[in-house]
Amino acid sequence: MSEVRPLPKSSTFRISDVFATAASGLGSRKLRTVLSALGITIGIGAMVAVLGLSQSGSAALDDRIAALGTNLLQVNAGAGFGGGDATLPETAVPALSRVGPIQSVSAVGAVDVSVLLNDLVNPNQTGGLAVRTAEPNLVDALNGTVRSGRFLDDTLSQVPSTVLGSVAAERLGVRSLNGTQVLIGGEWFAVVGILESFDDQSDDVDTALFEDLDRTAFIGFEVANQLFETPPNPETIYVRSDEGFIDDVIGVIPNTADPASPEEVEVTRPSDALEAQEAAESTFDNLFLGLGAVALLVGGIGIANVMVIAVIERRNEIGLRRALGATQAHIRRQFLLEALLLSALGGIAGVALGAAVTAAWATRQGWRIVIPPEALIGGFVAAILIGAIAGLYPAIRAARLAPTEALRST
Amino acid sequence: MTDIPATEPSGPSPATSTPALEMVGVVKEYPGTPPVRALNGVSLRVQPGELTAIVGPSGSGKSTMLHVMGTLDRPTEGSVFIDGHEVSALSDRKLSAVRSSLVGFVFQQFFLLDGENALDNVATGLLYSGQSSRQRRAAAVETLERVGLGHRLDHRPNELSGGERQRVAIARALVAQPALVLADEPTGNLDSKTSESIQELLHELHQDGSTIVVVTHDNELADSLPRQVRFLDGSIEYDSAVFQ
Repeated sequence: MSEVRPLPKSSTFRISDVFATAASGLGSRKLRTVLSALGITIGIGAMVAVLGLSQSGSAALDDRIAALGTNLLQVNAGAGFGGGDATLPETAVPALSRVGPIQSVSAVGAVDVSVLLNDLVNPNQTGGLAVRTAEPNLVDALNGTVRSGRFLDDTLSQVPSTVLGSVAAERLGVRSLNGTQVLIGGEWFAVVGILESFDDQSDDVDTALFEDLDRTAFIGFEVANQLFETPPNPETIYVRSDEGFIDDVIGVIPNTADPASPEEVEVTRPSDALEAQEAAESTFDNLFLGLGAVALLVGGIGIANVMVIAVIERRNEIGLRRALGATQAHIRRQFLLEALLLSALGGIAGVALGAAVTAAWATRQGWRIVIPPEALIGGFVAAILIGAIAGLYPAIRAARLAPTEALRST
Repeated sequence: MTDIPATEPSGPSPATSTPALEMVGVVKEYPGTPPVRALNGVSLRVQPGELTAIVGPSGSGKSTMLHVMGTLDRPTEGSVFIDGHEVSALSDRKLSAVRSSLVGFVFQQFFLLDGENALDNVATGLLYSGQSSRQRRAAAVETLERVGLGHRLDHRPNELSGGERQRVAIARALVAQPALVLADEPTGNLDSKTSESIQELLHELHQDGSTIVVVTHDNELADSLPRQVRFLDGSIEYDSAVFQ
């Protein structure tokens, strides 16, 4: 050895080796790796699930609003000034039909009798069901569907026949139409049809708009008037209007429906209720997102904590690596990458967890599963960022450790 | 195992060759009031192929000596040359390069990575050399065979005996074929029988041409090596290569 070997400029730490080293560092402490990644998993999972659920929920509401139509208006008699129950005049339906932009008008009227399965049932146990008169176009006006049989028509409205709302059919235990009869106000009525729920999501009680109709046995006005002397005043009128003129239509309805006391006419737009529901839910979203962010922060602190402990515990390893030729930068890279891998691991698991929770809950609610890609990508990126922030300080500390200090046996 | 030959296999080499280690007037002071002077003007030359013991009681400065020789610490004054390179004023990056290619370390506590098997632990000795994983592993297999552990490649440290662990650590120090191997109390954690076998291994490696400096407080171990450098209070008290 008479020649001086040239000295390399610096030692080298290949990218693939940095990964392998960091991965093996995590792999040899599996329990701790899993526990510290768990914090991130929960945080990211919560945030993805909140975003996924809110999107799935509002997609479900959007679907309902679309099915319902935003051009549907509901007209009721409000409480009168005197405090007594106001009623809509008999003339309201024909008057509204004459308003240009109004495309269709349909009304239901209250019938003050009860519906029973048969004469053996205690007449006081009405099961919360009501009897109403309905016009033949009611199902079309509300975009409803007939499950079996058919709805009332002009002929059926004149004879004792009834169509049951979905809840009414269920409570009365009527499943088939084969000659089934029910007892309405003491008279036998043939069941000619059963309706689907007017609300797509009959189990979503919060946003049920037509619960009352689902609990109703519909009969024709003529037969009601004949048998029970039902007055011709409508209880509720459903109006479909030209979308473009809806505000004008809302304006003219009170005077048209009840010129004598327009102030007692109450006009509502059912789709508004759903939109309000959507807005209300999004306020909760912010709350849950905030909670998710807190969980994420805690997870990040957990990772920082684990890495700080690792630097103390693995002092000898750091010293050894420095003795083997690692530069400060190499040590920094190794520890930073460990934190990043840890958080990436937690992030992937969290995104999967959030998506799974969303899918499970949406399925349970009968919603379409909507998982926004922004939530998936954003969740993962957030995890990486947190890993970078949490890992930076410990990595710098590890790199600054003097080799002689690091090699000292405890 | 071959017997240790009676004659010295290699004394100090001819003056024309580059010393594996040369220290000139090295002083190491640690700040404090008053400052602690751990090395007090040490000059030492170790020729390639030498097997040297640096021996002294605790507090004699031999640990500081190990750190300064191994470029883990910089001298306060004086120069350190490793394989002809002046290292006392190099940057962290350059020093790391020196350690990765010119110096191998063997520690009393072995410092093996618990999660890695013997092969990967030895290959770690080349991790910062720029060689590919395949090259590192090939070299690791060869070196493990050299220290008599060819049959333990995939055993983890906790599956090895103390002596086997130290052999793995020695293989790791040798795998980069450094100009200088520094062993810090290599038998300090081993029973006497295992110590003997590690001692024999050091002699074998010496015969194969490795340059080894053993830092120890164990006179028996030191006396079994060809050259002894005795330390007391930060200075060389006796150097068998000079007084012989």
